[in-house]
Amino acid sequence: MDAVLLEYLPVLIFFAIALAMGIGFIVAAAVLAPSDPDPEKVSTYECGFNAFEDARMKFDVRFYLVAILFIIFDLEVAFLFPWIFPMFEGNIFAFWSMMVFLGVLTVGFLYEWRKGALDWE
Amino acid sequence: MNDFVTEFGPVWGTALAVGQILAFMVVLLLSLAFLLLMDRKVWAAVQMRKGPNVVGAFGLLQSFADFLKFVLKEIVIPAGADRPLFILAPLITFTLAFIAWAVIPVAPGWVISDINVGILFLFAISSLGVYGIIIGGWASNSKYPFLGALRSAAQMVSYEVSIGFVIVTILLMAGTMNLSEIVMAQGGGFWNWHVLSFDLLPWPVFAITIPMFVIFFISALAETNRPPFDLPEAESELVAGYQVEYSSTPYLLFMIGEYLNIVLMCSLMTVLFLGGWHAPFDVAPFTWIPPVFWFALKVLFLFFMFAMVKALVPRYRYDQLMRLGWKIFLPTSLVAVAVMGAVVVYSNAS
Repeated sequence: MDAVLLEYLPVLIFFAIALAMGIGFIVAAAVLAPSDPDPEKVSTYECGFNAFEDARMKFDVRFYLVAILFIIFDLEVAFLFPWIFPMFEGNIFAFWSMMVFLGVLTVGFLYEWRKGALDWE
Repeated sequence: MNDFVTEFGPVWGTALAVGQILAFMVVLLLSLAFLLLMDRKVWAAVQMRKGPNVVGAFGLLQSFADFLKFVLKEIVIPAGADRPLFILAPLITFTLAFIAWAVIPVAPGWVISDINVGILFLFAISSLGVYGIIIGGWASNSKYPFLGALRSAAQMVSYEVSIGFVIVTILLMAGTMNLSEIVMAQGGGFWNWHVLSFDLLPWPVFAITIPMFVIFFISALAETNRPPFDLPEAESELVAGYQVEYSSTPYLLFMIGEYLNIVLMCSLMTVLFLGGWHAPFDVAPFTWIPPVFWFALKVLFLFFMFAMVKALVPRYRYDQLMRLGWKIFLPTSLVAVAVMGAVVVYSNAS
């Protein structure tokens, strides 16, 4: 097998063992614990009164905006990770090209800010 | 650990790897049991209470009693819930919280998988962590979990961005994405740790790294939904957030996942800022203590800080939380990345 892929084999084994342990916990409770569902017990929790409408309701659009902003900035961080290596070679061109990229994103960020996408009242 | 398969052949190598991983997980879970107790004890001591003190001496066995109780409780699945997703969500949280530990070096060579892009792996895994919460909140088909999951997801992704920028500033000093090499670059004494790094570069970079450490600490609190940023579970408004409908071991999986993430954040801070397994002084009485104890001591100290914050600081409001994340931490860490990049590139340019 490829040496680089072999390094990830322990991660895969770790994943399998952790998943098995998690399933084991759930199965243990399913086997050992009593199971006696009744309509009151399995009804949706609503702080004292009966659930009156579907729980999956409309929500604030700002959550959506935060998600979009997150995708942009998370990608930006992912671009920055490999950028550290030319910095160690003293590559000034690489530094300034990343500054231009960050500058463009900052303009977009300022636009979002001025539009009020980051204000939660 | 990576050499097991090449050294002992595929069968025995894999068996050894499984054994090592099992041993690591047992140690991790046992430490977690006592860290949980420590969290409760610190909280109790700040409020002049005694905390758990019945099960075992000083309540030392409290977490094990809690575990037994979780396993013996009925799993209640709400009538309107999406059953497969409802069970899947805590499994996702638990498994992801565990596998992130595969790349954390606790002592020289003591790491499950010494991959060369360890930081990138951690970043990817912690981004996936949102799924467990949002699936759990949606599958419950109940109002409190739904709102809690939305809040929690928005909060986690907001602070993940500044954590990413802080990590990049540290990588700019270390010049590698391998966690073991990042720790090795900080040897020699506490003044070489990345949080101070007096000798590393000709400029006083601690003026950047100390604020970055503070930003990372506060973002870690928000990322793991710890007080004062525990808005998804704010007892007085959302009862327990995305966990409302969970009981028995599915709830236990969420809780273990949450605490594993907290300890992971403490370890990450230890690795990135506080010199990992290195002793504060590289002279005789300090170097007698094995490296793994120095690592554990630093993690323990940071966990104590987490517990103290929980006990001392009042909860944030949601708009304050978003303002802090997007309008203060994000611009600050972005500027720090640019400045640190300039420092590194111009000191390396001929």
